[in-house]
Amino acid sequence: MKGIIRASAAIVIISAILFYGVHLLESSTATSGSGSISVYNWGEYIDPELISQFEEETGIQVIYETFDSNESMMTKIEQGGTSYDVAMPSEYAIEKMKENDLLLPIDHSKIPNLKNIDPYFLDLPFDPGNEYSIPYFWGTVGIAYNPTLLEGQTFESWDDLWNPTLEQEVILVDSAREVIGMGLNSLDYSLNSTDLRELREATDKLKTLGPNVKAIIGDEIVEMMRREEAAVAVTWSGQAADMMWINEDIDYSVPEEGSNLWFDNMIIPSTAGNIDGAHQFINFMLDAEVAAQNADYVGYSSPNAEGLKLMDPEVTGDERFYPTEEMRDRLEVYENLGLEMLGIYNELFLEFKMDMEK
Amino acid sequence: MTNRSSRPWYLAPYYIWIALFVIAPIALVVYFSFLDLSGDFTLENYANFFSSTYFRMTLSSFWYAFLITLISVLIAYPTAYWLTKTKHKQLWLLLIIIPSWINLLLKAYAFIGIFGLYGPANQLIQFFGAGPLQILFTDFSFVFVAVYIFIPFMVLPIFNSLDKINPALIDASRDLGASQWTTFRRVIFPLAINGVKSGVQAVFIPALSLFVITRLIAGNKVITLGTAIEQQFLVTQNWGMGSTIAVFLILFMIIIMLLTGPKEKGGALNGKAK
Repeated sequence: MKGIIRASAAIVIISAILFYGVHLLESSTATSGSGSISVYNWGEYIDPELISQFEEETGIQVIYETFDSNESMMTKIEQGGTSYDVAMPSEYAIEKMKENDLLLPIDHSKIPNLKNIDPYFLDLPFDPGNEYSIPYFWGTVGIAYNPTLLEGQTFESWDDLWNPTLEQEVILVDSAREVIGMGLNSLDYSLNSTDLRELREATDKLKTLGPNVKAIIGDEIVEMMRREEAAVAVTWSGQAADMMWINEDIDYSVPEEGSNLWFDNMIIPSTAGNIDGAHQFINFMLDAEVAAQNADYVGYSSPNAEGLKLMDPEVTGDERFYPTEEMRDRLEVYENLGLEMLGIYNELFLEFKMDMEK
Repeated sequence: MTNRSSRPWYLAPYYIWIALFVIAPIALVVYFSFLDLSGDFTLENYANFFSSTYFRMTLSSFWYAFLITLISVLIAYPTAYWLTKTKHKQLWLLLIIIPSWINLLLKAYAFIGIFGLYGPANQLIQFFGAGPLQILFTDFSFVFVAVYIFIPFMVLPIFNSLDKINPALIDASRDLGASQWTTFRRVIFPLAINGVKSGVQAVFIPALSLFVITRLIAGNKVITLGTAIEQQFLVTQNWGMGSTIAVFLILFMIIIMLLTGPKEKGGALNGKAK
């Protein structure tokens, strides 16, 4: 019994010391400047140097957290455990958050750098007048492939993925809308389809892709492609850019039947505690030099016209990542289909995973 | 397990704990399972569960959990038996337990490297003259990694029950002319059966709801009930359906607990032998 009491006492004392240590550390970093802001962003989606730069310039401390899907981000903001001040959701998530009153309007007078943004990316249907959101990055969904591992295949069409020579070579991104959307696109349907017959047809077609599918995974795709474990991946343009950064053999193409064009935007959740700090952060990220440095680091396409002028023209002229407006017209933006439809997409995706032909 | 003569106030924290962290969550799960997307009462989730997709998912979860458990027993039993015979039991036991201290994700990522096309596993295969094989993202890799993760939880209870057997019983059995095999079958095995049962519980039940390694190691080509629950909660945000699957998972667990519980024949036999 004595031993137990001693051990418990030791545990309590050690915990108390650790707790005090954490408290000391936190207070020593948070003392400078006007408070702190919490930023909630996708993984690997900002140049960490810029966070330090922002902290130095404004004296506002940044607490930075990451999420891996729009859905989990919304769930967390809705539950309100942490009061995030800035988050970077995609367009359909913004529509949904607007419906649920999870957003605060953005005061444009506090964002003078908004003038740097290419007008093409302003006033989009998901947020007319940019009342609640400011563009951060944009991109496409397409096919990343490594020609050195392939026998001269190219990917002008989604149907090229069904080529029998690609057995066990194709990685798909683990996301219902991207994969079912690709099935829909390959049949020339809209990737916002709510027609159950079209969705059924797309799922049945996807199942025949089974023998070629190596895996359905998330961020691990980048590592798999870099290490040449797989030759082909259906993924987002920015992930493709990440792969190409390390492995120069990899190429990226957006199939001609069409694909998804997406926009990630900075928003201020209704739970925000430091609204002024949030505006400062958004304005900072729109600065031409900052945006250019960020785009260089992250690899996705920047909507910041002034920033693009500062970047390597070889990068910004690359039509795989900066498709011309004419090419963009072939692409579709996700619409918020509602929870019910999202549920159906997910059920079909689950069915596809289970019934893939082996 | 319970000591009923202990004074009740000692048990207060235990009861509060059980009420807050066992009963309340389960009640909430059951409650949510009757709600649809807009929060109205519905039985549709249950009807949905019996649709073909979820039914087949349940079957496949059971099949993989069964395989994982069976292989774990086959490896863990001889290991545990051998452990009881060694000199430095505690040291060996520690070596078996240590891997379970490492985070599951780290282990999964390590296996991605090991099983990769250019990883050590394939280098070994190539050394013996075969071409590189696709090991990662197969049923084999999934079962292998799951067994690796669960082995300590199988070895421990079996070791404990084997170690508790009074050696005099085995000597007696030998003296009475029983062969080594008969001794094992009639004495050691029945006496240690409860260890196997707790091991099966500790492995089969979590194996039913594995979800991290279904994605990282099996590339989502193996779908378990755990994957479906994760998806319903985090992606679809259909908490009702997620809870319904969880309710069934809880039911399956209760059934398994009852099947492997101590009131079984083996347990009674064990009691008599004591």
